[in-house]
Amino acid sequence: MSLYEELGGEASVNAAVDIFYRRVLSDAYVASFFEGVDMEKQAGKQKAFLTMVFGGPNNYTGLDMREGHKHLVDKGLNDSHYEHILAHLRSTLAELGVGNDKIQEVISIADSVRTDILNK
Amino acid sequence: MAMITYKGESYTCEKDETVLVCLLRHKVFVPNACQSGVCQSCMMKAVQGTPPKVAQTGLKDTLVAQHHFLACICKPEEDLEVSLYDSSKDWMLAEVLEKSLLNESVVRLRLKPQHKIDYMAGQFINIKGQDGTSIRSYSLASLPTEDYLELHIKRVPDGLVSNYLHDIVAVGDSLSIMGATGDCFYTNRDQAQPLLMIGVGTGLAPLYGVIRDALAKDHTGSIHVYHGSLATPGLYYIDELRNLANEHESLSYTPCVLHGDAPEGGQQGDIQSVVRTDFPDLKGYRVYICGDPQIVDSIKKQCFMSGASMADIYSDPFDFS
Ligand SMILES: Cc1cc2nc3c(=O)[nH]c(=O)nc-3n(C[C@H](O)[C@H](O)[C@H](O)COP(=O)(O)OP(=O)(O)OC[C@H]3O[C@@H](n4cnc5c(N)ncnc54)[C@H](O)[C@@H]3O)c2cc1C
Ligand code: HEM
Ligand code: FES
Repeated sequence: MSLYEELGGEASVNAAVDIFYRRVLSDAYVASFFEGVDMEKQAGKQKAFLTMVFGGPNNYTGLDMREGHKHLVDKGLNDSHYEHILAHLRSTLAELGVGNDKIQEVISIADSVRTDILNK
Repeated sequence: MAMITYKGESYTCEKDETVLVCLLRHKVFVPNACQSGVCQSCMMKAVQGTPPKVAQTGLKDTLVAQHHFLACICKPEEDLEVSLYDSSKDWMLAEVLEKSLLNESVVRLRLKPQHKIDYMAGQFINIKGQDGTSIRSYSLASLPTEDYLELHIKRVPDGLVSNYLHDIVAVGDSLSIMGATGDCFYTNRDQAQPLLMIGVGTGLAPLYGVIRDALAKDHTGSIHVYHGSLATPGLYYIDELRNLANEHESLSYTPCVLHGDAPEGGQQGDIQSVVRTDFPDLKGYRVYICGDPQIVDSIKKQCFMSGASMADIYSDPFDFS
């Protein structure tokens, strides 16, 4: 069974998206990056994000991630913002009762695209 | 950069440019109104090439299967050959049965369409302006069981279509309409769920349909209606909503005005703060928000932060281009 299936597939993404997005928007340190983006479209993107880091099916390449976040890097996106997002991801999963080892797997997937997201 | 071919001519679509903007930039006319993927008046068909999936958001399966897409939200990833969607069969005439002012800037029109329109209370129709090419969307305040379509139209300063409907259109005239679409409507998937309905200005129009639809479908949970305006003269249907609230114990109605005194039972203050104070915790609520896009977006965000699930927030921002 893949990590995505073990976590509960699409249902787990749906359960996580509200909690995760609410945490991100409540965090003034990163919230500004999400300003001015339509909420519903953004929720779709959050789902794409979660599906990806849960190891689920997606068509994104590293290059897509690089391009998709470039305008944010131009606005100052750096490693410390990245750590905040990882922390919100961790606490979202903990809130949903996901075990530590699984959380660690998700975090390592999320960490694997760091150089692309931050355009290094 | 993708090439867009239309009627044998090819045009270069700049990076991040939509098919609509590209064609308009090259003086190719494509009908459009909201320019944000809502009203579907800019629908086109991909004859060659595949438009990105998001450009088909909200389209019926049958239209998707025939490669239709919305030009205003289509940023092509590959070359496309496109044709205009022939919407002539979707337009019909509707006779103006009644016209009356609801307040100094909102007129109510009741229309009798040539053919019966299938719709859900809270959806909207498109109307052509006097020039026959400008298209604007207006929400339905009526119920499908009523034998007219009811619209509430606010006069927008220098607005092309709203002033035409206010000043020129008369009882007995015919309007060109198309409809209905939109996903701001009542579903009885959870009849006990508390509902919060927030309308700003003519954002009350779709809600007036949704509220009565929910009641007609025996919604058992509470229904809280907030109608906001700058000042009391900008409100309307005060008596109608009070009567509904008197008839239905589950329903409450709160008019909100930013300036001056609120009518009895109402509150003075901006509607967003009023809602924030009255509903600090929206967990489990279903929320409907309609009207001015900026206010809708910020109330939407606030309701989400107060605990409403994204899937439980329905909104109809009255986008304009
Ligand atoms: C889904 C949907 C549902 C809608 N339902 C309703 C409804 O039930 N009742 C209703 O009255 N309207 C509704 N609208 C808005 C309506 O479609 C038109 O945008 C509005 O009537 C203005 O059109 P116009 O031709 O008069 O103005 P235009 O000629 O398009 O605009 C004139 C000027 O006013 C600005 N402008 C346009 N609209 C507004 C606005 N609302 N507030 C401030 N400035 C504006 C424009 O940017 C422009 O500068 C809805 C819109 C959408 C997308
Ligand atoms: C942890 C690794 C990350 C992954 C895997 C990831 C993934 C994604 C994905 C899949 C999208 C949707 C792209 C699309 O379909 O348009 C997206 C968009 C976005 N991401 Fe990330 N992301 C990550 C980190 C971050 C960080 C650290 C921030 C900022 C603090 C951020 C902010 C955004 C924003 C604002 C958008 C929307 C962009 C727009 O539409 O303007 N992301 N991300
Ligand atoms: S959907 Fe494209 S203009 Fe309204």
